[in-house]
This record gives sequence, structure tokens and C-alpha cells, in this order.
Amino acid sequence: MKHTIAALVNNRPGVLAKVSGLFARRGYNIDSLAVGPTIDAAHDGDEQKYSRMTIVVDDEGDPRIMDQIEKQLGKLVDVVHISDHTRADVVRRELAMIKIDCPPDKRPEVVAICQAFRAQIDDIGRETVIIQVTGAPEKVDGMVQVVGATYPIRELVRTGRVVLARGERGT
Amino acid sequence: MPKIKGTKAVLEVLKEQGVKVIFGIPGGVMIPLYDALYDEPALKHVLMRHEQAAAMAAEGYARRSGTVGVCFATSGPGATNLVTGLANAMMDSIPIVAVTGQVRTTAIGRDSFQEADVTGITIPVTKNNRLVKRPEDLIPTLREAFYVARTGRPGPCLVDMPMDVSTAEVEWIAPGGNGDYDLEGYAPPSDGDPELIEQAAKLIALSRRPILYLGGGVVSAGASPEARALARKCNLYVVNTLIGKGAYPETDPQSLGMPGMHGTTYASYGIQHSDLIIAIGARFDDRVTGDLSTFAPEAKIIHIDIDPAEIGKNRAADVGIVGDAKRVLAALVEIVPERARGEWEDHLDEYRAEHPLWIPACEGVYPQYVIDQIFQLTNGDAVVTTEVGQHQMWAAQLYRAKEPRQFLSSGGLGAMGYGFPAAIGAQMASPEAVVFDIAGDGSIQMNIQELATAVYEKLPVKVAILNNGYLGMVRQWQELLFDRRYSGVELSGNPDFAAVAKAYGAEGRTITTRDEVRPALEWSLGITDRPVFLDFHTVAEECVFPMIPAGKSFRDIMEKHPASKGGD
Repeated sequence: MKHTIAALVNNRPGVLAKVSGLFARRGYNIDSLAVGPTIDAAHDGDEQKYSRMTIVVDDEGDPRIMDQIEKQLGKLVDVVHISDHTRADVVRRELAMIKIDCPPDKRPEVVAICQAFRAQIDDIGRETVIIQVTGAPEKVDGMVQVVGATYPIRELVRTGRVVLARGERGT
Repeated sequence: MPKIKGTKAVLEVLKEQGVKVIFGIPGGVMIPLYDALYDEPALKHVLMRHEQAAAMAAEGYARRSGTVGVCFATSGPGATNLVTGLANAMMDSIPIVAVTGQVRTTAIGRDSFQEADVTGITIPVTKNNRLVKRPEDLIPTLREAFYVARTGRPGPCLVDMPMDVSTAEVEWIAPGGNGDYDLEGYAPPSDGDPELIEQAAKLIALSRRPILYLGGGVVSAGASPEARALARKCNLYVVNTLIGKGAYPETDPQSLGMPGMHGTTYASYGIQHSDLIIAIGARFDDRVTGDLSTFAPEAKIIHIDIDPAEIGKNRAADVGIVGDAKRVLAALVEIVPERARGEWEDHLDEYRAEHPLWIPACEGVYPQYVIDQIFQLTNGDAVVTTEVGQHQMWAAQLYRAKEPRQFLSSGGLGAMGYGFPAAIGAQMASPEAVVFDIAGDGSIQMNIQELATAVYEKLPVKVAILNNGYLGMVRQWQELLFDRRYSGVELSGNPDFAAVAKAYGAEGRTITTRDEVRPALEWSLGITDRPVFLDFHTVAEECVFPMIPAGKSFRDIMEKHPASKGGD
């Protein structure tokens, strides 16, 4: 089963290497990892101080792995806070950009698909279009599948999943 | 305070942290720091001959003294040579701080001379490491390293210091003041959960076959008195890990010694058949448990550890208490009801009497006999370090430690070459103590160059080399498990170790008969101003028993050689 962990970490050099290295050497599989500077009022509002990581991991059917991942991550001096949001009430989002082969006469059809997925067109080339889709991971999967079924995908890029807890609860 | 040189600041922080001895080797980017050291009589520098030994000597010093050990190394190869020592400190939770030089910040990333990505390389083998990029971070970063190394589950920290940072002028920052380090994400546990401690007390009261299983965490926490109090109040029989030796006196009748792969049969029997294991600062290592699925199947587990990640890592705990062993044990001893000695303890006594450790009484220099003689002659009071291999396991079995910080060995990492530098560190920490490194002929050659260090420092470290001409433990496995196909284990190029010692200005003696063993040891005890190599030419193909082969269970224990006809 896949788990989504959010980690608030010190925004310092080497922290990403420490986190990703821990997964590698203990044999845990990272599906995706997204990281960027953040603000967290519950800890300290300073904009430069923290980064937030969202890490998706596969527990390979062994629940003890998640327990170990959380505890081992928690031991890293630069990890300030961690929580597993797998079953929690959170907003989960991912972004993908899909570059497809699309001759000018097919553009209206692509626009229609984009509307259905609330995706947008970010670039139109002579024979290509870049579609940007944002949403829950299932929606992004769906979009990629639908577009790919009709138009050859030239290139695809996806961010990792990011989450934020709903309401007053902290992430 | 006015601005001071970064190098001066480093030494000021070291003194403020209580450091008295530094083990190290200089190099290009470390010259400014060593220049500052020249004017610093309060800091004793021990010049080692290899950086690996510097780290291991710092570990020996830390373990013996209960303080943070310090080592210095230069950039590039100096720092990479520390890696095995750091890994050892990480595995055995030893607090050391390594200060490494680094090329100038402007030269980093350009494959400069003697540049290595030391913070990158040492991430997995340090509790924390930092590259100091700005002079103003130097003082807080060093203080943070000491704090992190000694608190919580202790471990090694490394501070990598570019030469332009260490030579810059920095503002002195008062300890604990504004601008000092900030460790928001680091909160070492302290008291255990009182409810869980109560549950633990209940489990102990209900148990019929309890075993107290003590690890290195008891030693680190200084919790040996509390562990002893618990054992006495509840009449618990005790087993200890290799790193936990001395946490409970192994000479006491309630001690069964070390369980596991080469532990005593009775310790392994006791833990395997217990109905309650009270594990404190121990991690259910595979060398203790063997096959986890068949290990102590009827035992409930109370697991007390300062590291939350240890609870449930290898064996699920019925009651897992995260906290400082000293505090948790003090609370537990207070509330646990007294427990009378029962059938279980009588049974263990009988079992022990039927399955003793074997010390050969016959002719020939037997390694077990040598270690037993060291034990007898030193009245069990020596500080003992070991290398790694057969001699280490015989020493663990037969040199019964009475006190914590008395037996220093490389447990988790199993690093050959540990014992001699660790003995140097231990002797620096305890100048009056009798320090023995029990070594093998393979292991001693992994840091034999430290003879120069020990001679120069006039350290009377005694090195008992149990010389069987083999990498003995590997040979033993090849004999028992690989059909005697001896591959890559014959140490046929061995030197005359006594002559090597003498060449360095140390003392040396070769012992080839049983009758010479005791006089040689007595002679070595009289030497107080230089190291001694005692080269015992032992019976070559002796094996360590008992033995539970890797991944097997107690039922697979070999108490003696499968080919032997019983008796001796």
C-alpha cells in the first residue's frame, strides 16, 4: 500500500540527501518526493527556515516498514515534524505537463478534452501542444491515459504528490 | 568578547565542552588549526599514525571516560580514512566528534587537491554532520555536534571546516546565548511513560521465567546501578550483549553472560526459554537472536530504549518504553513488586553447571587458557579491548567484566583493527588502569602502526596476540560449514611480532608453550612505560564454541566440535 508522508525539515544544505539517503540505505521505496521552501506558523513563521517534503512510499504490504520509516526519519536532526497522511483528510495534488503531437486541425478536440479535465493548454507549437493538468493523482493518471490513447505523447513530466491537511489541523 | 580567529574559536569550544585529549593527524588545510593548538597546553594532542585509528582511539577514550571523544583529520584522504571509525561509532552508539578540514569554500566542487565530499560520504555513518560554510556558523555548529553526539542515543558527529572558514575572524558567542545552535527537530527522550512502566512492573510480577537482557544502552545511560537494583529486587537472571558487558557484573551468580552466536550455552538457553525478556538498551541484534522467527517463542517482551526506532524493529514489544534507561529503570525499580527466586532460577543454575565453558587443561597454548590467565592475573579488573574474530568471542566468554566501561569491543560493525587504537584511547582516559588488547594475528596488523603512537606516549598497553596463523573465524566457518576448504585465510606472511614491537621501541615476547603463558603475562604487567606485544603461538585450528550458525536457532547450537567424542 502507498503512504503519503509529510515532513517539515530545516531548509539547509544536505537535508534532501540525508532524507533520500535514509530511504536508500534502509531499502525503502520512494514513489515520489516533492520538496520546496515553506512557511509553517505552528513552528516559526520565518520563510527561509523550513522546507516541506511530501514523500510517497510503498510499504510492500508490511505495516512495520511505515513504523520504521517514520521513526528513522524522526531521528534525523534536521527533521522537525513528520506525519503520515495516508488516511487523513487532506488535499492531495499533483501536476503534470504532457507534450503531445497535435496537428493544427486536431486542436479543437484537444481543447475539449482539456475542458473536461479542467486542464489547460500552456503552449501551442506547429505540431505540438503542451497540456497542463493539476489535481488528485487519479485525475492526473486519467488525463494522461485519455490523451495518450488518442495522441502520441512526446514528453511527459509529473511533479510528485503534495498534500496539505484540511481545516485547522496541521500537515 | 572581541573577534577571534576561527581556529582559536574551535579550541575554545572544545575546552568549554570539557575536551582534554584530541586524537588526530594534521594535513594541508589543518595547519592553521594545528598552529592554534601549538599555544594550547590545556588540550593534549595525540598524534596517531592513521586516521582510522584516530577515530577508534577517540572511541576508546569516549567509552572508557564516559565523555565525548574527539578526533581531527585533514581534508580528502584524512577524512575518508575516518569512515570505518565513524561507522563503528554509529553502530555501537559511541559519542565522538570528528573535526575535518576541507578545502576553501571557493575551491569546493572543483575536484581540488585533497578535496572529498566528506559530509556526503559520511551521512550514513554519522548521527549528524555539517559542512560549515560561513564563519559565523562555526561556533554554534561545533557546540551542536557535541550536544547531538552525547545526548539521546549517542553517536558520532562530524564537522567539516573549510580552510577559509577556520581562518576567518569570528564573533565569540556565549554558550546557550542568542545565536547559538537551534535544534528544533531534536528532542532526546527522557522519562518513560509512567503507565507503560506500570505495565512493565505487572508483566514482571506475572512472569515465571524472566530474563533481564542488558545492552550497551545501559552503559551509555549510566544505568548500571539501576539495572543491578532491578535484578536484585526481582531476583532476575541477567544476560548481556557484547557491548553491554559489565552493565551487570558477569562474575555474579545471577549473570549468565552473553547469549547468541558465540555466547554461553546457558545464556542462550535462558533467553530462548524465558517467558519474559526485559530488554534494556539492547536491539535484538541477529548475533543475539539468530533466526528471529524461532527466537524465544514464548517470551513476552518489555523493551526499554532511548531510540524509538529500536522498539519493534526486530522483535515486536508487548510493552515498549521510550526513555532514558537510568530514569525508566529508577521508576521501575521503585514500583515493581519484589519477586522471589523460583524454580526457573534453580533450573538455570543446574543447566549452567551441566554446560560450562571449556578451558582446555591439556598441553599446548590454548587461546581460552591465555584469556583465562589474563582474567586471573588481573583479578578481572583490567580494561580489555578486543579486535574482531575468534579471540574476541573467547574474550567475551572468558574475560568476565565486573564494571561498565571495562570491556571495549567492536560489536555492530565488527571492525578488525579496533582493539589497539581503542586501547590507546582507553589508556589515555585511565592512565593508571591495566589495559589489555586481546588481539588476533590478523586483526593486529590492521592498525599495527599505532605502536609508534603508544611508544611515543609511553602507554603501557598490553597486546595479547592469539596467533594461530589464520584469519581464525573465517577459517572456523570454512572448517565447519564449507568442508574445510580454506580459502584466503592463511596468514603465512606474518612477521615476528615481538621483533616488530622491539623495532618500534616497545617490548615483545614470543610464547610457544603453556608453561610460558603465565610468566610472560606477569612480566608484561611489570612494564609501565611502553607497550608490550605478547605473541602467543596458539593451537592453530581451535574453534570457538558454543556456536549457533548464522540464521539458525538455539536448537542448532554446537556446544563442541561436531567431530569430537565428548569430554576433554
